[in-house]
Amino acid sequence: MLKYILKRFMIMLVTLWIIITLTFILMVNVPGSPFNSDQSSNETIKANLEAHYNLDAPYHIQYLNYLKSVATFDFGPSIKQPNQTVNDLLGRGFPISLELGLVTIAVAVISGIILGIIAALRHNGFIDYMAMGFAVLGISIPNFILATLLIQQLAVNLNLLPPATWSSPAHMVMPVLALATGPMAIIARLTRSTMLEVLTQDYIKMARAKGLSPWKIVFKHALRNALMPVVTIMGTLLAGILTGTFVIEQIFAIPGMGKYFVESINQRDYPVIMGTTVFYSAFLILMLFLVDIAYGILDPRIKFHKKGGE
Amino acid sequence: MEKILHVENLHVTFTTYGGTVQAVRGVDFHLNKGETLAIVGESGCGKSVTSNAIMRLIPDPPGKITNGSILFKGQDLAKFSEKKMRSIRGVDISMIFQDPMTALNPTLTIGTQLMEGLRTHRKVTSEQAKKKAIEMMDLVGISNPEERLKQYPHQFSGGMRQRIVIAIALICEPDLLIADEPTTALDVTIQAQILELFEKIQDTTGVSIILITHDLGVVAKIADRIAVMYAGKIIETGTKREIFYEPQHPYTKGLLNSVPRLDLKEDRLSPIDGTPPDLFSPPQACAFAARCPYAMEVCDKVYPADTELSESHKVSCWLQDKRAKQLLALAPTN
Repeated sequence: MLKYILKRFMIMLVTLWIIITLTFILMVNVPGSPFNSDQSSNETIKANLEAHYNLDAPYHIQYLNYLKSVATFDFGPSIKQPNQTVNDLLGRGFPISLELGLVTIAVAVISGIILGIIAALRHNGFIDYMAMGFAVLGISIPNFILATLLIQQLAVNLNLLPPATWSSPAHMVMPVLALATGPMAIIARLTRSTMLEVLTQDYIKMARAKGLSPWKIVFKHALRNALMPVVTIMGTLLAGILTGTFVIEQIFAIPGMGKYFVESINQRDYPVIMGTTVFYSAFLILMLFLVDIAYGILDPRIKFHKKGGE
Repeated sequence: MEKILHVENLHVTFTTYGGTVQAVRGVDFHLNKGETLAIVGESGCGKSVTSNAIMRLIPDPPGKITNGSILFKGQDLAKFSEKKMRSIRGVDISMIFQDPMTALNPTLTIGTQLMEGLRTHRKVTSEQAKKKAIEMMDLVGISNPEERLKQYPHQFSGGMRQRIVIAIALICEPDLLIADEPTTALDVTIQAQILELFEKIQDTTGVSIILITHDLGVVAKIADRIAVMYAGKIIETGTKREIFYEPQHPYTKGLLNSVPRLDLKEDRLSPIDGTPPDLFSPPQACAFAARCPYAMEVCDKVYPADTELSESHKVSCWLQDKRAKQLLALAPTN
């Protein structure tokens, strides 16, 4: 197990390095410069920044310098936001984005699984059709449409919830709902179909023949097996939720990392582009790693290392 | 002898889009205490449905017990509520399934699956449950039980898994064990071992066994009595000796003739011609008449009543009807 984790960490570092390199190549090839649209640029600041980032040097020197600073977790000062380092921006935005992301994942996974189980147990019944109809809607409506609809209905027309910003649990409801509906629908459909398959397995019949209660059969014997495919797609869903937060944060004016990410690209704020990309990728890679570990815990047949014999 | 189970006039149907399948159409049999009854017949004759009906494990819908009674120790299981049935399953009646590769949950340890029934139905501490589990593992012949309780099903071979399935079925010391084709998925050497295990278990625990199978070799080895099923009805019952040496129903004879024999110099086996009837609309008279080489006019019109040939031997066939002999005497001799 330890050997596997070490090996995975090496692979994760390589992945991260490839992402940094690709982003760097893309960035230097995009036309424009951070100082192009700047009206109020102070010549001294500009000179200092150019000196700090060595913007006169050839690209490969800049690239090596950048790798060096990333290795020390120093992403440098922002070019467009005066007196702020990229680390400051990440430190401010990340906790908010993380909160939004985690609440969304929790809501999507829990409600998706419950919905899927209910649909499977009431297979071909009214509740099943309702749940699956709802799931189709959830999958097909893009989150930004849902977000604007929610704002219009719940905030503007009914005046139930605050329309934007991020300060209280009430502020969370709409962004989380908009972001979680899609993944929840996918999880519900998947849980339902795998649950239906698992419920016809011999070991479920055997569990019934032991005289276990339906509750125990579903949660102890069926659910764990039905969750394998759900865990498998969790990686993809996480990436989806992550990119979803960019859009949702914009719509609800949430001061998370997504805002800086999008702004930095528009303004060619090189260090912020690099910083947020590296940070997002590192986070996603780590989450995928955790998903793989969870998979191994759920299914004892998955071995992380080859062992002779068995 | 004490009757532990008495099934009377059992009817089971399955409702499908294509119509209603009459899977079991009036099955009668009984099982004495400590005895092994084999129910034999070809695929689709209703033998598995019968055993599932006793356990009340038939999925409803589409399946339904439409008529008849299942008297287990004098109580009619057919009338039990699902909740009451749960206290019977695994405690008084246990079941062993055909394929040990799929009968165990791949994500739970053997120990968990073995002790689960015990911990659900009996008030035992985890220490007691573990002790009992180790005892059961010993009984079914798994060495190093303490160690192996912590392992998962994929770490066991097919034969070992079937031993575990048997241990799970027996852990609450049931009075009746229903084994649905317990050796079909195993290779022959393992089959022999498992059959020996059944004999050993019956000797030590005195459990009554219903053995569902289509393998007459298995029957010859461990059954005391045999019930032959065809198209949802039992057509002949008798002791092992009576069925193997004096089969009376043409179907039973056909079944025995289609078994390869070492003592006869025949190149080809003789199968029973034709196919079983469609159970969507089974014939009201004898279902075997269409395939029977001795079929008479009456066979297509009226279902033959049981004829008792001895205290234990019963057959449903017009050829064995008492009146058939009188008719034979009337027939012109030339």
